[in-house]
Amino acid sequence: MTRGLAPILTVLVALVAIWWLAVAPMNIRPALDIAERGGAEVTPTGSVERRDVSVWRLMMNNPSHVSGGYSLERPRLPTPTQVGQEIWKTTGAMVLRGRAWSKRSLIYHGWITLQSTFWGFLLGTTLGILGAVAIVYSRVADMSLLPWAIISQTIPIVALAPMIIVLSNQVGIEGRTVPKAIISAYLCYFPVLVSMVKGLRSPAVSQLDLLKTYNAGGAQSFFKLRLPASVPYLFTALKVGIAAALVGTIVGELPTGAISGLGARILIGDQFGTPLAIWSALFCAAILAGALVTLLDITQRLTLRRMGFRS
Amino acid sequence: MTWIAAALAFWALAWFANVRLANSAISHTLAVRIAIPLIFGLTLLVLWEGLVRGLSVSPVILPAPSQIMTVFAASTDILWIDFVQTVIKGALRGFLIGAIAAFVAAILIDRSPFLTRGLLPIGNFVAALPIVGIAPILVNWFGFDWQSKAAVVVVMVFFPILVNTVQGLRETESMQRDLMQTYAASYLQTLLKLRLPAAMPFIFNGLKIATTLALIGAIVAEYFGSPTRGMGFRISTGVGSLAIDLVWAEIFVSALVGSAFYGIVAWTEKRVTFWHPSQRG
Repeated sequence: MTRGLAPILTVLVALVAIWWLAVAPMNIRPALDIAERGGAEVTPTGSVERRDVSVWRLMMNNPSHVSGGYSLERPRLPTPTQVGQEIWKTTGAMVLRGRAWSKRSLIYHGWITLQSTFWGFLLGTTLGILGAVAIVYSRVADMSLLPWAIISQTIPIVALAPMIIVLSNQVGIEGRTVPKAIISAYLCYFPVLVSMVKGLRSPAVSQLDLLKTYNAGGAQSFFKLRLPASVPYLFTALKVGIAAALVGTIVGELPTGAISGLGARILIGDQFGTPLAIWSALFCAAILAGALVTLLDITQRLTLRRMGFRS
Repeated sequence: MTWIAAALAFWALAWFANVRLANSAISHTLAVRIAIPLIFGLTLLVLWEGLVRGLSVSPVILPAPSQIMTVFAASTDILWIDFVQTVIKGALRGFLIGAIAAFVAAILIDRSPFLTRGLLPIGNFVAALPIVGIAPILVNWFGFDWQSKAAVVVVMVFFPILVNTVQGLRETESMQRDLMQTYAASYLQTLLKLRLPAAMPFIFNGLKIATTLALIGAIVAEYFGSPTRGMGFRISTGVGSLAIDLVWAEIFVSALVGSAFYGIVAWTEKRVTFWHPSQRG
């Protein structure tokens, strides 16, 4: 465990260090603007003159103002600590004050996103499994569905996302949970479908023949052989699928009009010019994705061990 | 009513034809393998057309395929401008920059087993993240024109290609590497003649994932600000101004481009990895 962890931690520390160093050149211009407005000596004077000067030269000419870039209120690139503080301010600190479900809390927005992700995941997984069963048992489905399943994934869903939202509004579906769930189901059914086809076809011919000598019916050989054999494939696909479902939900929240959900926080942060809100929503989405995949990973290990699979 | 009845009748007929074709003796021929999905797709279109006309759905809600095609034919000039802005300038440039950067990074990382062990899990994790959310930040950094779109695409395609390339470079067996050593092959020779060819199936897997991501990135980035052209711009403004048929024409273009882009990469893969078991037979 420690052998595997050391390189990961090293790379993580290196990434954070690069991020930290990049803050200085990224933020030097706004930092100098603010310092100049505060009456400090800045060379060259005037933000228009500075536009033609490279950030490296600006940093060399005004070394005392570089640190100002690390504590801007609206930075172009916030520091890791700023993002951490913002996340804490909108999650943990609000819980401590008993306002976890306030509209300003990322826990509330994360919950909205999680709900749509969950429904989309459920819908997508169901469709994927049903499609796989149809493909394995019917030649027509195999030959007509599979090519279109592949083509459906080459169509950028984001182009369709605003249309799905408009359509479901017109049909009379209130709110955004349903259209968002449809978008995430669209992204998440494909890995499940492909893996389940592989999984349901994984039993060897000899095993199927054995069941035939037992005089097992179609349903029996499905439930006692094909389905159990496909479980390891299913879990691998579910881990890919839940991440895709989360991406779908956030894409569904990005087009104009959404007010709740992590994607909407990104959108609102963009409209109101508060980069810290965008960054904290992004990191919350990342944490959510990590938590969901880890949860499925643990379920996979427990289930496979109970079923007697050797890893 | 007649429209619905006709559509349903077509559906039944097409279904019957497909079942007969799939279970016939000629089901293995190439023509039939192409015909069956084509009939299936055509059936979906006919059902859509029939239902929209039969139930007289308002074109503001859902236009019929025939109407979408009319608009498509009538506004090819707008669609071409949008195509150039989004696909050629944004998606394609970003895809090339991102793919080359990821490829070079993978070869550099590959020299250090320590870095590889650290980067693979992180890269896999990042590849699963909703990176599209970074679009507003990059639009803010690089301005409204295609540079910001290309930047979003670079970030989105980088990790899937990186992870797959690094994984592919580890695919050679020790026997094969030993053989290269007995030939006194240098690092570069081993890389070019053994490890890169062996990694190709993985690299192309990453490239295929990246084709869709590139289009998604370029379109989403336009939702956050763009010059007054581009597919994402046209879609977001079209939804607002109820020019729904033009939006569907854009969706049709994006579907065509997405499939063509994927098809080109898949075709190249077939040419490059002709030796791989999955490409034979």
